[in-house]
Amino acid sequence: MSTFDNPFDPDRNLRAGCVCGQHRSAAEHEQATALRCEPTESEEKRYEGVVASAVMRAMFPQDVARRAFLKSVGASTALAALSQFFPLKTATEVFAQTGAPEKKDLKVGFIPITCATPIIMAAPMGFYAKHGLNVEVVKTAGWAVIRDKTINKEYDAAHMLAPMPIAISLGLGANAIPFAVPAIENINGQGIVLAAKHKDKRDPKDWKGLKFAIPFDYSMHNYLLRYYLAEHGIDPDTDVQLRSVPPPEMVANLRADNIDGFLAPDNICQRAIYDGVGFMHLLSKEIWDGHPCCSFAASREFITTAPNSFAALTRAIVDATAYASKAENRKQIAEAIAPANYINAPVTVLEQVLTGTYADGLGGVKTDAKRVDFDPFPWQSFAVWMLTQMKRWGQIKGDVDYKAVAEQVYLATDTKKLMTEMGLSPPADSYKSFAVMGKTFDPAKPEDYVASFKIRKQS
Amino acid sequence: MNSSLRLRAGLVSIALLAAFLGIWHLATRSTAPVTTMSPEYAKLMGLTATQGKSAMPGPLDVGAKLWDHLKRPFYDNGPNDKGLGIQLAYSIARVGTGYLLAVLVAIPLGFLIGMSPLLSKALDPFIQVLKPISPLAWMPLALYTIKDSSVSAIFVIFICSIWPMLLNTVFGVASVRKEWINVARTLEVGTIRRAFTVILPAAAPTILTGMRISIGIAWLVIVAAEMLVGGTGIGYFVWNEWNNLSITNVIIAILLIGIVGMLLDQILARFTRMVTFPE
Repeated sequence: MSTFDNPFDPDRNLRAGCVCGQHRSAAEHEQATALRCEPTESEEKRYEGVVASAVMRAMFPQDVARRAFLKSVGASTALAALSQFFPLKTATEVFAQTGAPEKKDLKVGFIPITCATPIIMAAPMGFYAKHGLNVEVVKTAGWAVIRDKTINKEYDAAHMLAPMPIAISLGLGANAIPFAVPAIENINGQGIVLAAKHKDKRDPKDWKGLKFAIPFDYSMHNYLLRYYLAEHGIDPDTDVQLRSVPPPEMVANLRADNIDGFLAPDNICQRAIYDGVGFMHLLSKEIWDGHPCCSFAASREFITTAPNSFAALTRAIVDATAYASKAENRKQIAEAIAPANYINAPVTVLEQVLTGTYADGLGGVKTDAKRVDFDPFPWQSFAVWMLTQMKRWGQIKGDVDYKAVAEQVYLATDTKKLMTEMGLSPPADSYKSFAVMGKTFDPAKPEDYVASFKIRKQS
Repeated sequence: MNSSLRLRAGLVSIALLAAFLGIWHLATRSTAPVTTMSPEYAKLMGLTATQGKSAMPGPLDVGAKLWDHLKRPFYDNGPNDKGLGIQLAYSIARVGTGYLLAVLVAIPLGFLIGMSPLLSKALDPFIQVLKPISPLAWMPLALYTIKDSSVSAIFVIFICSIWPMLLNTVFGVASVRKEWINVARTLEVGTIRRAFTVILPAAAPTILTGMRISIGIAWLVIVAAEMLVGGTGIGYFVWNEWNNLSITNVIIAILLIGIVGMLLDQILARFTRMVTFPE
């Protein structure tokens, strides 16, 4: 598959293979880009693989020669021979050692929703401690507060909605302060929930005049709901009312009939169903399968003043995300993050969100294992898409250098390096094309994309 | 006569409480299951949806939960989950700090302003504009300039409790009876001595009334401020339980906020009685 698999596999090509050059075949490349958090047995094994692979490459620069050698003597003999004259163990140890963190006691803010799963679970499940950090995860009341507290340096890093670091870096709704995203938290995991009385109003074309809640202006929720409405001919600025409501207040507002529905992060959606006030109209993955939602963000200042702490934090988050991406761990995670110290929600609700077997609020039980998924890689094309939507809805006026902003805020290159060091297989590219409601997005042509929408804010 | 009135008032209070609890209990009883659901679906749903349980908890739920909290008021399960005793202590400490700072500023300042009719007139428009501003409106500004959320919360307490004290001190000092000051003048008492031996005792009841109003406001505001800032305190507890849609815990918090507020008010009332004098 990649540089981090068995280097003693004679069938493996250490240099060529697919488009990106990391995989044996195009099919494997596909699989790798689809599922980046490959299960690895243990950290040591992973690092050993990286080192052994490098040594093999150095000894046999010619791939043909290496394969011939391995075929003739067998992999285990080769490994034994190699370790006789090369101290693989020592090299691995040296390799695994990284700089000591400048600051060990860190504070990380989070909002109590399942999007923050990797950030939260890393504390009770020991991922921060494993990377030599003593992290206190602090629950925070809302997105504006988490933004201000991170800017004020009360938090070293924080859980933010994926578009927020871009907005902060651009100075939208706050002073321009350069922020960066080393890792995405979750993909998918949101939903459109409607009040129980709208059971028969499933066609968005009938939604004129309804009131919807979104968690924040600079959120994927806002952009996805607007996109979904606009695709159905509803102008989100004139035909419906969109309100910014903190997630915890959404269920109460839905019960009180103040809003007709919301596109919200999970455990809020499931909670509305659990309490019998609404039903799941649509999972956000049906709008865009694999969309990012929340991110792990820190200020540039923190990254430059404490680069090792930042790297260790990112490693812990990537590690936790990889763990969370595996379906068999989800039940255990639900139990770890349910107590009052963390998300503070019934375990049943969290389990339904994380395992993807859920009550839909209409009397049925549905199963979708990818209802929420976790994937740390900060694709820069995600950032470009968000910028196109900011432009589309008038949050950004004037020209934008899409690529420059995306590359400054979404640290794809650094994360790639870090993931490589950890023995994970990051994708080779930082941009990928994807489809939102069937419409393909080409990250190379953002202006054309914005112009292609009929419904958008006229500037 | 007096004792029998007290007894009768007590009985009426208890009867009112019992009636209130009774009505509350009846109003929140669960109704029969509304619809039939498949068991596997019902397992995924909450009691409100499956058993028609009222979303509002009854007095028995609240009582049981309250007992739970009272049994272990000082537990500490990490930064986001602490016992009610600890949360209340945080809130009281914040209110105390902000309030004491306000006392230190408001009373000397009020004294000076009250003794000088010129200053009193000149500062009046500023005080009138600043006084009606909701303390929470200061919050974003405080967070932005102070850059520390716990200091911001204390600042908000400070700014909200300063005005009643300041105004009452000014009023109290300015309305000390002219005869008393004139007598002091005739006896050639110096300014400082006059301020402490004549004006201060004369104005004390008014100043204490201002302080009593302030502590009430400070306690009102801390809950809202902590809901915004988060982290610790009884306001954070309310927010955290609201987040979990646990109305039971919110009711318990409301009860405790009321009790603590009453105690704070009673303490100041006692001080006021101590300095009051018959004319």
